[in-house]
Amino acid sequence: MAKRLMKGAEAIGEAAIRAHCRAYFCYPITPQTEVAEYLVRRMPEVDGVFLQAESELAASNMLFGAAAAGARVFTSSSSPGIALMSEAISYIAAAELPTVFVNIMRCGPGLGGILPAQGDYLNATKGGGHGDYHCIVLAPASVQEAVDLTMSAFELAETYRTPVFVLGDGLIGQMMEPVEFKEGVVNPPPERPWATTGCKDRDPNLVKTLFLDPAALEVHNRKLAAKYREIRANEVRFERYNMDSRPETVMVAYGTVARICKTAIDFLKEKGHEVGLVRPITLYPFPHEELLAIARDEATRNVLVVEMSNGQMLEDVERATRFLKPISFFGRQGGIVPAPEEVVRELELLAS
Amino acid sequence: MQDECKFAGFGGQGIMTVGRLLALAGLQAEREVIWIPSYGPEMRGGTAYCTVVISGLPIGSPIINTPGSLVAMNRPSLEKFAPTVRPGGVIIINSSLIPVSVPRDDVDVLEVPCNQIALEIGSVRSASMVALGALAARSAIVPFETLCEVIESEFKRKAEVARMNLAALERGAEVAREKPRFEPPAADA
Repeated sequence: MAKRLMKGAEAIGEAAIRAHCRAYFCYPITPQTEVAEYLVRRMPEVDGVFLQAESELAASNMLFGAAAAGARVFTSSSSPGIALMSEAISYIAAAELPTVFVNIMRCGPGLGGILPAQGDYLNATKGGGHGDYHCIVLAPASVQEAVDLTMSAFELAETYRTPVFVLGDGLIGQMMEPVEFKEGVVNPPPERPWATTGCKDRDPNLVKTLFLDPAALEVHNRKLAAKYREIRANEVRFERYNMDSRPETVMVAYGTVARICKTAIDFLKEKGHEVGLVRPITLYPFPHEELLAIARDEATRNVLVVEMSNGQMLEDVERATRFLKPISFFGRQGGIVPAPEEVVRELELLAS
Repeated sequence: MQDECKFAGFGGQGIMTVGRLLALAGLQAEREVIWIPSYGPEMRGGTAYCTVVISGLPIGSPIINTPGSLVAMNRPSLEKFAPTVRPGGVIIINSSLIPVSVPRDDVDVLEVPCNQIALEIGSVRSASMVALGALAARSAIVPFETLCEVIESEFKRKAEVARMNLAALERGAEVAREKPRFEPPAADA
């Protein structure tokens, strides 16, 4: 099939359609309103539901309800909007409902600005809402990967009955790249025997998050914990770039920033300096084992983490590598995207 | 080999559209492409710019601080971005709206009265197409015929717009072809 030139946000909308998602609830916010703009036209063509709610709070709870009723559902927003949805995300995690949330991050805190950032890493990977839960977090670095991971998100959400995040920065939402929608990648939704679909001729199903009996709640908590262990064991994804030469310096970056690091690596390679990159594709589960192996490799002299934040993934890299090797950090904030030249300068400082 | 072009002007000049057409032509020529818009607060202030990258290899950074070429449709854009163009690159200046040139001898500077040419063809709205034609003729960023095909197919439901845009593209290219080849100053000069 021929490739189409699409904006990231629009491509995410089409990916959801191709993944048999037929319900989208939203509240607009830059830099991802094009998801809604695309789906308001596209959803009716496939007899799906497009609904712009009166607020993020409403949209996320519509997602909660529709998921409980067995629909394959998703929403998209950007950082401040996701913060408003956090209550529902905690409830959805507790109720074990398959749902997909797309967060095209802008800079914060507060209203911040509308330009790209990666300041929601901790929010996405460590919870965001209240209580003991995790979401699977997928981090695309291109429009094609945004498509592939959005499709994958629906299946992961159903496999583990959990909310899944697609976490991209503003550039992923706004830039255009050629994309291909592979056919038959995602199956239609499976049977959902737990869904609240009307209980004529069967026992009622109950989707709930309230457990007043502490023993019962702990059983539920342990069930969730077992699920997260399974996710950590089975779903880690990452990309290695220029790692075969066992370079002295290894960078860790995700999303658009990882591409910028690749350009810096290519530039230095031409000058005879080898630098490697590990790009986590899943931020939760995080590639702990891979990074520990790199930290234990005697060839590794230092690690550089690059982010559009004040150092959020940095905390996971520190934990994964157990401080076995010195870790440096380079970050830009405020919507400023680091240029490859800046990353090169950081790497040259490390080497000197 | 990677080519990058920055298109810059004010909102309504077709900046985003011509960038997209160039990216589509790159895609049709089976190259890797990426189109990066400015969507920040400056967009609300009336200026618009986008960058298109075309490459034979997967494209790394979408952040291009030193583009290979620049199409400047208004004066603030020229003043902001002309110093960033890489030596040996191309700068297309819309001389209908920009009364100044660029004091650089290491880039190929081409002044094209885009608005005036577009008006002669029929609508000022084709001004950015004139600039795109000049760029395509001056740099081998994509084959000129591919660009024509893309315009035909993108405007196939608007025959009159397609005709004007193709005419604008051709006139821009003519202006570019009339000017002698750019010879960069010798390195030892």
